[in-house]
Amino acid sequence: MEQLLQVNNLVTQFRTAEDNLTAVRGISFSVNKGETLCIVGESGCGKSITSLSLMGLLPSNGSISSGSIKLNDEELTSKTEEELRRLRGNKMSMIFQEPMTALNPVFTIGYQLREPLMIHRNMSKREADVKALDLLNQVGIPDPKKRLKQYPHELSGGMRQRVMIAMALACKPSLLIADEPTTALDVTIQAQILDLIDDLKQELDMGVIFVTHDMGVVAEIADRVMVMYAGEVVEVGEVEEVFNAPKHPYTKGLLASVPNVDDEFHQLESISGSLPNINEKIDGCRFHKRCPLATDQCREQSPPIFSVSETHQSKCWLQQEVTENDKSTATS
Amino acid sequence: MVSLIIQRMLQLLLLLVGISFLVFMSMHIAPGDPASIIGGPTASESDLEAIREDLGLNEPVLVQYIDYMKGVFQGNLGFSYQNNQSVTEAIITRFPNTLNLAVASMIVAVIIGVAAGIISAIKQNSWFDVSSTTFALAGISIPNFWLGTMLILLFSVTLKWLPVGGLSAPFYTIEGMKQLILPAITLGTASAAMIARMARSTMLEVIRADYIRTAKAKGVKQKSVIWIHALRNAMIPVITVIGVNFGALLGGTIITEQVFAINGVGRLMIDAIAARDFPVVQGTVLLVAALFVIVNLIVDIIYALIDPRISYD
Repeated sequence: MEQLLQVNNLVTQFRTAEDNLTAVRGISFSVNKGETLCIVGESGCGKSITSLSLMGLLPSNGSISSGSIKLNDEELTSKTEEELRRLRGNKMSMIFQEPMTALNPVFTIGYQLREPLMIHRNMSKREADVKALDLLNQVGIPDPKKRLKQYPHELSGGMRQRVMIAMALACKPSLLIADEPTTALDVTIQAQILDLIDDLKQELDMGVIFVTHDMGVVAEIADRVMVMYAGEVVEVGEVEEVFNAPKHPYTKGLLASVPNVDDEFHQLESISGSLPNINEKIDGCRFHKRCPLATDQCREQSPPIFSVSETHQSKCWLQQEVTENDKSTATS
Repeated sequence: MVSLIIQRMLQLLLLLVGISFLVFMSMHIAPGDPASIIGGPTASESDLEAIREDLGLNEPVLVQYIDYMKGVFQGNLGFSYQNNQSVTEAIITRFPNTLNLAVASMIVAVIIGVAAGIISAIKQNSWFDVSSTTFALAGISIPNFWLGTMLILLFSVTLKWLPVGGLSAPFYTIEGMKQLILPAITLGTASAAMIARMARSTMLEVIRADYIRTAKAKGVKQKSVIWIHALRNAMIPVITVIGVNFGALLGGTIITEQVFAINGVGRLMIDAIAARDFPVVQGTVLLVAALFVIVNLIVDIIYALIDPRISYD
């Protein structure tokens, strides 16, 4: 599969009155064309900041301090704001969590849909209107002609999210970043939106980064999963590998905290403790305080990333033993 | 929309009846006898009695009020005690001056206030922001009779660039504009300051809104993000402030007209109060109250035009 996005050692920091806070701590990952990568983790683990870093939409006190982001082999971190603007909504698009507030309340749906087409495709208003109608049809909005003239408050949450998707896909981007797009929606609408994103992904051969904290959603749509904890990637792999044989204790904890209705004896577990504060200094592994298996090594040294298989990696000292055992059995 | 206008007009009617009653009563309760002012210091008691009889001031106050209101509903605001001129006529000759002054001040206030507020917000904590918020605070705090006097001292007396006072030339001539500049700045400064503060704070809120991030994510140019996507949303609360200030400006012309010797409704009112000229006081107060209500009605209509979520049907 052809590689679309390559992120290397991305570090994102926020300036505050006292200190520089590091929200994303040197993460690396990649997304292929036509692939869905799910980024999972608790609120505050840096998953939204990662996606905003990719889009160049960080709040004014935030910035990428090091690392590289390559989209279609183009380096994004060295681009000017104007160059990034030309890519946004064009080569890469983003949809957000809150469909209720993500659309401008004082402009019609038609106006907001025409915008990316007129900006990036130089369409006239009339051409853009025709295309906007197509897009609304494509995302399954009934009576699209009427919708173009309506304002966001006249549409339901599910409809608004469909409009957001139509807007994001207007210029056929190669990368779509969806930041918890279904969290604010009813479960039935949620499934429809997930299906819609999946269908459009295949139609347009897009790479999709799907940010969520819902393991059920991950199971449904992900090709690969990336688990983040306190600004770091702790485990990444194909969805079957990670779900069937999670390696990092944090991933295991996340999976154990998903309710299971099929198994009546299933004991719901939670991960003890809470996510460390963003400016907390932690020696060793950033998860060790909450880890039931933490050793002295975990408390002192931050683990490197160990390969479980060619496609599966875990940032945990426990993996070292397994890897070394494998090596010794292979050599003996 | 039509039902809103009808409803507001009925409210206006009730309001005017209420205000006229209050003003009428307070004028009669307040010390000071119009007859002695008209008759002058040498008038005898019988002269005064004759004047009172003539003006109907000997009737019970309530009867006087009902008589007055009968006239008002027939479009007759009564006659001035001082020169027997019709009150309607006195207002009509002076009102254009007041309106010119109020509109010119509002234009000054809106242009300066909105621009300063928005630039402050998008360049938050810059030197522009700091100086503009400082000026805004000063603008609200400075009394306008003092500001007017200082402007006259500087621009008219010392530099001799602008006339000291008066408003004789029509506003569309160069001379008229020269005459309007200082009074408009004097009257508009406080409003400009209030508008700037409101524009800044709503703009700060709006540029952090989700839909602004969406617009950026679509690749909309920064200029359009601010002046199209954000501005229209930020204007909604600013329009309220503009409306309230415009109403207040019409009342505020009283002092400015006095400072710049402008023959407007404000001066008419002040002179009438001093002379216990009841019909003129009544007429001018009713005019200002009615304008206040009408301006606010216009503001409500503008709301519906800017914000599609507001509908009066």
